[in-house]
Amino acid sequence: MNFFMSHILSIITFLPLVGAAFILLTRGSQSVVASTARWVAMIVTVIDFALSILLWAKFDGSTAAFQFVEHTAWLGNGIDYHMGVDGISMLFVVLTGALMPFCILASWKSIQTRVPEYMIAFLVLETLMMGVFAALDLFLFYVFFEGGLIPMFLIIGVWGGKRRVYASFKFFLYTLLGSLLMLLAILAMYFYTGTADIETLIRTAHFPVAMQTFLWLGFFASFAVKLPMWPVHTWLPDAHVEAPTAGSVVLAAILLKMGGYGFLRFSLPMFASASVTFAPMMFALSIVAIIYTSFVALAQDDVKKLIAYSSVAHMGFVTMGLFTLTQVGIDGGIFQMLSHGVVSGALFLSVGVIYDRMHTREISAYGGLVHRMPIYAACLMVFALANVGLPGTGGFVGEFLTMLGAFRVNTWVAIFAATGAILSACYMLYLYWRVVFGELVKPALRTIKDLSLREVALLAPLVVVIILMGVYPKPVFDVTSASVANLIAQHKAAVAYDHRGPEPASRGGVR
Amino acid sequence: MNIQADLLTVLPELILAVGAMIALMIGAVRGDKVTNFLSSFMVLVMVVATVLVLTGPDRATAFHGAFIADGFARFAKVLVLISAALCIIMAQRFFEAEGKTRFELPVLIGLSTLGMMLMVSAANFVSLYLGMELQSLALYVLAAFNRDSLRSTEAGLKYFVLGALSSGMLLYGISLIYGFTGTVEFAGVAAIVKASGMGIGLVFGLVFLISGLAFKLSAVPFHMWAPDVYEGAPTPVTAFFTTAAKVAAVVLFIRAIMVPFPQAIHQWQLVVVVISVLSMALGAFAAIGQENIKRLMAYSSIGHMGYALLGLAAGTEKGVQSMLLYMAFYAVTNIGVFVCIQAMRRDGKAVENISDLAGLARTRPQMAFALAALMLSLAGLPPLAGIVAKFYVFLAAIGAHLYGPAVLGVLASAVGAYYYLRICKVMYFDDAAKPFDRDMGRGMGTILTLSTVFSVLFVVFAGPVLGWSDVAAQALFH
Repeated sequence: MNFFMSHILSIITFLPLVGAAFILLTRGSQSVVASTARWVAMIVTVIDFALSILLWAKFDGSTAAFQFVEHTAWLGNGIDYHMGVDGISMLFVVLTGALMPFCILASWKSIQTRVPEYMIAFLVLETLMMGVFAALDLFLFYVFFEGGLIPMFLIIGVWGGKRRVYASFKFFLYTLLGSLLMLLAILAMYFYTGTADIETLIRTAHFPVAMQTFLWLGFFASFAVKLPMWPVHTWLPDAHVEAPTAGSVVLAAILLKMGGYGFLRFSLPMFASASVTFAPMMFALSIVAIIYTSFVALAQDDVKKLIAYSSVAHMGFVTMGLFTLTQVGIDGGIFQMLSHGVVSGALFLSVGVIYDRMHTREISAYGGLVHRMPIYAACLMVFALANVGLPGTGGFVGEFLTMLGAFRVNTWVAIFAATGAILSACYMLYLYWRVVFGELVKPALRTIKDLSLREVALLAPLVVVIILMGVYPKPVFDVTSASVANLIAQHKAAVAYDHRGPEPASRGGVR
Repeated sequence: MNIQADLLTVLPELILAVGAMIALMIGAVRGDKVTNFLSSFMVLVMVVATVLVLTGPDRATAFHGAFIADGFARFAKVLVLISAALCIIMAQRFFEAEGKTRFELPVLIGLSTLGMMLMVSAANFVSLYLGMELQSLALYVLAAFNRDSLRSTEAGLKYFVLGALSSGMLLYGISLIYGFTGTVEFAGVAAIVKASGMGIGLVFGLVFLISGLAFKLSAVPFHMWAPDVYEGAPTPVTAFFTTAAKVAAVVLFIRAIMVPFPQAIHQWQLVVVVISVLSMALGAFAAIGQENIKRLMAYSSIGHMGYALLGLAAGTEKGVQSMLLYMAFYAVTNIGVFVCIQAMRRDGKAVENISDLAGLARTRPQMAFALAALMLSLAGLPPLAGIVAKFYVFLAAIGAHLYGPAVLGVLASAVGAYYYLRICKVMYFDDAAKPFDRDMGRGMGTILTLSTVFSVLFVVFAGPVLGWSDVAAQALFH
């Protein structure tokens, strides 16, 4: 038991890989292998989810220190296998664990070709995503961060829609270019300090202000593409539209969050002064993202594209909140990421439900679904309203707190962001109205069936979670607040250090 | 120094030379029917030589300092011998399938390998040149080995003419260096440069030397021969060119620059940086339009030489270490890729177009997985082996404040990722073409598996290899 608890992060991270290996070794007829693959993937992801809940239960929210730490020699010279979570990363591990079973369940029927490969891709992806949030070594982080591109590339390219090749290449090359610039920044940091240990770097590294600017930009290139921020968001609508349902869910719910997590883990604490310098730029880009992509969303006639643009807008709230550098703003940013993870995942799953029936994502192909699919209409309403940010749903808390944080820093930013929040109501309700309400006139829809038991199992838990997050967000803040407070304190100290006035310059990065 | 000690120092080379000559005589007497036996025999000789290299002295010189066996040479020799042995196994299979077995092949690979071992152990410019010519002459014949094929003979001829030109430039550079320093010893040149600096004549000599060596590396702007030769030469020979020959050339490049001219880094650093950046860029852009996979691998090879040279441009011990690591990764990965290329046979005939790989994931899932892993490893994507190698090369570059070249290298590697990905796309996304012949051949599957496992798991077990390359690099700066 002791061994188990002290290695729980590694177990959570690499368990899916074991499942993938098991599927790889399964032999037999195609249908047997396919159903084995489905069940193995299901069981593994559920166990992983249970373990991540256990992690949450054992997590001590009163301290900002890294917990469940594992530290083993790896490449030597300051590059080690170092895992651990704090209040900032812990809930992302839970989010990843929670959404993966839904992804598997959503693919149960809709994926019929190359099922074992599909499940392997998802399990490998889960390992890499877990690793991103648990890694405490720069190089290890990079390996997990960029490794995720390969399975996602295959998921979009093999099981995607008509323009899957274009979308998968665009996704891959955009993200790769950003990540490579981050790699250079990582190399420079490692060279300057002699360590790749994230914990040490957060605590002690002080880069010269000019160097911070370049490092910040290197990380920004990667995270801005990943998040994605305007104007490098254009890969996202393509990737979302072409990806299979579960691929879209993972993309929106987890992969995008890596960008926000990266800003929190690296940019804010390690390049404190540069973060202050670039905060106005971040606000500007966030505002543009919130307002511009909301308008673009309004004009879409493809359901998935609309949700994709809405994701960009919602991530704008996240970057805005994080760079307010206030407790509410950052708490709100983290909450917004978590709630958007659940809400966008739920929305894509909902789209998947009707797509499986009608095989089209055109909004105009639907209408009046409420007459044939009342349960579905009810679920979708919760999700849509949560996406709008209605009080009482998870979406509200994050948006409200980030705007509150922005208000304290810059009133104009908050005002523009609030406009964006109104626009989100426009496009979401307009979408809901076009799909669900009205007369059921389309002949193809006359025989459409309401949710099956599997689909109820898919959507109902998410409805519960979204409402729970809206009315009782305290458990989340219990986890995050100590770490966020510590982050802000460290940030302030680092900025003060950079402004300490002239003194004999001492070479060497470690204080 | 007595002759006995000298001979003991060159024991691995001696074994290989004697082995190759014995094989030649057996072949001359018994003809082509013993080719299979001779291949096995040469592989065995190489295994023995590898063991001798590994158990040899940590540092010894022979023949009045013309030959040096140190940790640096040892690392390269092991890599060269392993690659060469694997290429012999591949070649045996290849020519059996083509029905054109000839006993000269293992002998020529053996002699060429001998040249490479002398190259990496060369401690003066004369032994450098002799080793390189022994290697090259055998390689010219190997390139034209399919003597009934127009493309193969064209490849051999092209390689010979351009190789001779580069040898000429190299010799001219060496003669200038000798003329201005009065010595051919690497250490002697270093002492003179340290004492009296670099005159204009020495700089000229150095530039010609670098040009000649860059030819052998197929680095831009001396790369023109590579795509044609790689395409025309028989596949296992191409594999030999891109693995063993490249390792030997890179290692020779390091020693011939770092040992005699460490004081003159400001004279050659910019030259190497330019060669490196141009190679990376050309490798990335020119490979995009290729249809023939061997041509594509030629451009990929040019690009990878660019990355390796970035480590040399750093001019530090870390830079040399990163180059050795890079070459180890590159050789092991490339062997696997060429096993796959060799397995591209349809109805008993070899096919070489990228489009022939269409839908390989359906017809041959294991081979497709292996080739995809190797390609993505070459592209430098984590968690595969390539990223570890690239990481250390770029780290060395940043350590030497070569920020511009590092940024350009990173951009080139993003462009290069496209054509590696395209191969994965063809294999995984496209509709299946007619399947390849099932029988890959004895041993081929094993080599491919080993190469793939290396690519996938290297990131976990890279520690020891890093340690070895570190020891080897330290030996050079002894």
